[in-house]
Amino acid sequence: MTDAPAAPAPRPRSQSRAIWDQFRTHKGALFGLIVLCLLVLFVVIGPLVWQPEKLRVAEALKVRNLGPSWRFPLGTDQLGRDMLYRMMQAGKVSLAVGFIAMMIAIVVGTTIGVLAGYFRRLDGPLMRLTDMFLALPLVPLLLVLVMLFRDRIAGYLGPEMGAFVLIVFAIGITSWMQAARIVRGEVLALREREYVLAARSIGAAPRRIIFRHILPNVISPVMVAATLGVAEAIITESVLSFLGLGFPPDFPTWGRLLNDGLQYMQLYPERMLWPGLAISLTVLAVNYIGDGLRDALDPRIRGR
Amino acid sequence: MKLKTALLGAAAMAMTAPAAWAERGADGEVKLTFPQAVSILNPYLTDGTKDVLAAGFVIEPLASYDAEGNRVARLVTELPTVENGGISADLTSITWKLIPGLLWSDGTPVTAADVAFTAQYCMDPAGGCAQSAKFANIASVEAVDDLTAKVTFKGPQSNPFVAFVGGQTPILQKAQFEACLGAAAPTCTDQNSGPIGTGPFRVTGFTVNDTVQMEANPNYRDPAKPAFAKATIKGGGDAESSARAVMETGEFDYAWNTQIPPDSQAAMTAAGKGQFVVAFGTLVERIETNLTDPSPDLPEGERSTAKHPHPILTDVNVRLALSKAIDRNTLVEVGYGAGGQPTCNLVPAPAMFASDNTECLTQDLEGAKKLLEDTGWVDSDGDGIRDKDGKKLSLLYQTTVNPIRQDFQTLIKSWWNEIGVEVELKAIDPGVFFGGDAGSPDTFQKFYADVEMYANNFSGTDPEAYLAEHACDQAPSPENQWQGPNINRFCDPAYDALLKELTAATDPAKRAEIAIKLNDMLTKDSKVIIPLVHRGTLSAHSNALGGVAINAWDNEITNIADWYRVK
Amino acid sequence: MLTFTLRRLLLAIPTLLFISLVIFLLVDLAPGSPMSEIPLTVPPEVRQKMIEAMGADQPVLVRYVLWLRQFFWVEPATLIDGWFGTSLAGGEQRILSWQTRSPVFTMIGQRIPQTITVVGTAYLLGVMIALPIGIYSAYRQYSLFDQAGTLFAMIGFSVPTFFTGTLLIIVFSVWLGWFPTKYDTTLSVTDWNSFVQQIRQMALPVLTLALANAAAISRYMRSSMLDNMGQDYVRTARAKGMSERTVVLKHVLRNSLIPVVTVIALGIPAIFGGAIITENLFGVNGIGAALILAIHANDLPTVQTLAFIFAVLIVVFNLIADILYGLLDPRIRYD
Repeated sequence: MTDAPAAPAPRPRSQSRAIWDQFRTHKGALFGLIVLCLLVLFVVIGPLVWQPEKLRVAEALKVRNLGPSWRFPLGTDQLGRDMLYRMMQAGKVSLAVGFIAMMIAIVVGTTIGVLAGYFRRLDGPLMRLTDMFLALPLVPLLLVLVMLFRDRIAGYLGPEMGAFVLIVFAIGITSWMQAARIVRGEVLALREREYVLAARSIGAAPRRIIFRHILPNVISPVMVAATLGVAEAIITESVLSFLGLGFPPDFPTWGRLLNDGLQYMQLYPERMLWPGLAISLTVLAVNYIGDGLRDALDPRIRGR
Repeated sequence: MKLKTALLGAAAMAMTAPAAWAERGADGEVKLTFPQAVSILNPYLTDGTKDVLAAGFVIEPLASYDAEGNRVARLVTELPTVENGGISADLTSITWKLIPGLLWSDGTPVTAADVAFTAQYCMDPAGGCAQSAKFANIASVEAVDDLTAKVTFKGPQSNPFVAFVGGQTPILQKAQFEACLGAAAPTCTDQNSGPIGTGPFRVTGFTVNDTVQMEANPNYRDPAKPAFAKATIKGGGDAESSARAVMETGEFDYAWNTQIPPDSQAAMTAAGKGQFVVAFGTLVERIETNLTDPSPDLPEGERSTAKHPHPILTDVNVRLALSKAIDRNTLVEVGYGAGGQPTCNLVPAPAMFASDNTECLTQDLEGAKKLLEDTGWVDSDGDGIRDKDGKKLSLLYQTTVNPIRQDFQTLIKSWWNEIGVEVELKAIDPGVFFGGDAGSPDTFQKFYADVEMYANNFSGTDPEAYLAEHACDQAPSPENQWQGPNINRFCDPAYDALLKELTAATDPAKRAEIAIKLNDMLTKDSKVIIPLVHRGTLSAHSNALGGVAINAWDNEITNIADWYRVK
Repeated sequence: MLTFTLRRLLLAIPTLLFISLVIFLLVDLAPGSPMSEIPLTVPPEVRQKMIEAMGADQPVLVRYVLWLRQFFWVEPATLIDGWFGTSLAGGEQRILSWQTRSPVFTMIGQRIPQTITVVGTAYLLGVMIALPIGIYSAYRQYSLFDQAGTLFAMIGFSVPTFFTGTLLIIVFSVWLGWFPTKYDTTLSVTDWNSFVQQIRQMALPVLTLALANAAAISRYMRSSMLDNMGQDYVRTARAKGMSERTVVLKHVLRNSLIPVVTVIALGIPAIFGGAIITENLFGVNGIGAALILAIHANDLPTVQTLAFIFAVLIVVFNLIADILYGLLDPRIRYD
């Protein structure tokens, strides 16, 4: 990889413009972006447009376990709750948790990976730290987190926001290790490439080398890790609620709907189909966006 | 076609029903599956139901309970009574006479020394015996002769049938366990995972937390039994997969504890391979109210203690209204199906101890609203939540993570919302909730919530110890490291006085009368405890398995020796 | 490379000791007690007695030192005694589980074979499916095959194993009746019939796990291949007239393996850690099922021992990955 000749126009704008132009031509990426936007609209605007009937318990219990109909487009659950409305409510949390937790994991993982791979002195300590986090048993770790922090955070932010922060934090700090190991492996190899050696020999600061030469080249495994990370975070959230670490029990999330649907799988398979479909669509969209972004950020492809 | 097969099946069953002529081991292998795997086969070191149940195939107590809750002799010639001289007139001793000629599965004779040794084993203070409460009132157990064991109590016992009665306190072989007394008890791995017993089966292989393999005991006292040559208990999975393996794929003959949603119960029964059976013991799913203030604003160590009475739940009208708002029939229909019955009692059974209290079985939302209205709980600021003297009817409602309990929480929250009570829900990992770790804020004993829901029961048929849990001095507090069974911090001198009467009473009718009165003080009159559902154990067995008589008063499977294959 | 390996192995010892202490403190701090699965009918005094008999009431550091001694001295000594009939261990207490009161290593010994046959096979199968899919998808980027592979991979890791496992059970066991739903751990393979039975009972859990594993690895393989396909050396190799096969499988593949090696190295300790949900669903008595049971029962000796073995494997396999990096790309040097 070589530096693009410095453009005379204000660079940041033209570069981001170039990336966007390339991104636009990527059909998959556009499809991903549209699907993702639709999903976001579904969960944000959806609840404003679709207001389910306010049923009293006795009335709701008469419409338990219904299949899709005009009245309940996605059917109802075992307590007669409208699945469409629950899917929307659930999606808001799941998408937020999925993306924010994934961001935390990726940022932490990439930072540690780059530092460990690039600076030899940091490699040992940082990778041993990674080993330690990989080795910690997850469930006790999460239970300790709940015990120590839940009430305190809830005291500051209220129970729901507190739960959100704690969940995102818990998922984030327990899932950065894979990204860190992968990035470090790549950086170890990149560090010895000719262009990095050349940059170093002309006295470029490590900071500049990392941002200009190293990071753009690790983008593709990071994108894969990010795609996997979103799915993992959405699923992990439902595991957390098993431990009582998640949101209050009447607060739906996609992962939890999937779990709740499990015991009804044979009788009412659509109960698992909707959340499964939503999670798969999200991940698929992120994957294609990742593909497009990777191509767009690669100057070799962009030039073609 | 379906009807025809069903009819044929029924006819075949009718023909083979008196299968008692069958010879031992003629019916091949019986396969059972438990959702929780068996960890250990020595009930004295655990009290896990799954472990006690599996051990019951191999080791037996002197007497046990039948499916109706009556005591029946097992290894003894007859049940001791005052009349036959088995129980001393002053109720301070009980004498058991072993059946002559009884053999252990290794061929050696069973003697009274084994009975005395079993008591010594459990009463050793260093052994950490899980059943030691059942031996607490025993002064000594001696072998009078080879077949006579005499248990002497520290004082008169109105119920002397505690130790050696029921599957939790079986007889161990002295020769096998001699080296396992006291601190050595947990280290005797071979003995604990393969006890020698008198039961219909003996252990041939045991992988902890997975599979128990057994074969018919060649020295079992009834030469024609058991009909099965082998028995296997496979553990693991969940209620769903266990039920499926019996009811749909037919891989197993019997699945213990298969509580699955009512819809699935119906669908699986329709598959026609097996059926669900249910036994009702004393397990009651209930909401406990907290009579002390759990507010997080109080300093640690004072939260949920008698120092601060609860601002709203100490008002009996609030508790009554909360109970009235609940539709217990709906709860059963949604959550348990055949596995539950609505109840208003803390002690739902045995029949002689059960109060005839049914007033709570019909939901009365209007009545609940009116009651609150009349007693000054009105919505004065128009936010939909009732209040009185600046105190809002707002509750934190906690329970363990469990799909049925979460459905219950959701339903009850909606009903309470309808009568103007605000509810916040919380679900806790069961290991933490029941763990009793004094360092965790989430244990059921600490009760840092306004109401909480779980299930509890008592073992045996006598509720005295169970009712005594609500005595004033049994409340959990920082002084006793939050260990105490009086979860509500209920404290009523009249209740404590009545408890003393119960302890002193020996006449069964009188005891029943007092027990019912105590039950009503906690439930009907005050709703300190809001009972919801009387739960049974729902199990599944294949249509090809005969002789199943599910038992709620002892080990669920007490008659494995009588099981046979329907051909 | 040898000095590097030795140095890393030596450094691993204090690292692992530190990790073991952290795990011990963490598990100890976690709320819950070994009594959490004992019914409520057992009164508090008895519970206290049981805890004392387990030694669970001792101060945490005392228990940690005891565990260290048992792990590093008593257990190896017992093992040697078992092999050579010596009596090094001198009857000292082995690491006993609080839940089952039996030695933890006996339990591990019983469970390793199932873990390796089921989880190991599934992982191997997953890798074997993933690599060709990843390579071919990258080579024919945006082809129909690539799109199908993408869809398969996305569904593969966005639906959890409890979903795929239950689905497979319903389809193949309940409807079709081809495979058993519960794994029979007492089955020993002695002849053709029992072998077929073993294959049948392995089919569903292996398939469930292989799908999940293949999905992730194929994505890393594909993306890494794509990165390298555009490099100058590929163009050079093609220009030199090398066959496509050589170019792709020799040059591109080798240079693309670093992230894949990382992911696989992270995955192998996970084989030992087992597949908690799948094992539980199918009743495979693997290590993963044991770990989760122990965690729920707050069985500290078992959790600690398993977590520590897991930590050792992680350190070892990450070291192996580092060595492989050097072999794949000789420019990477650690000295």
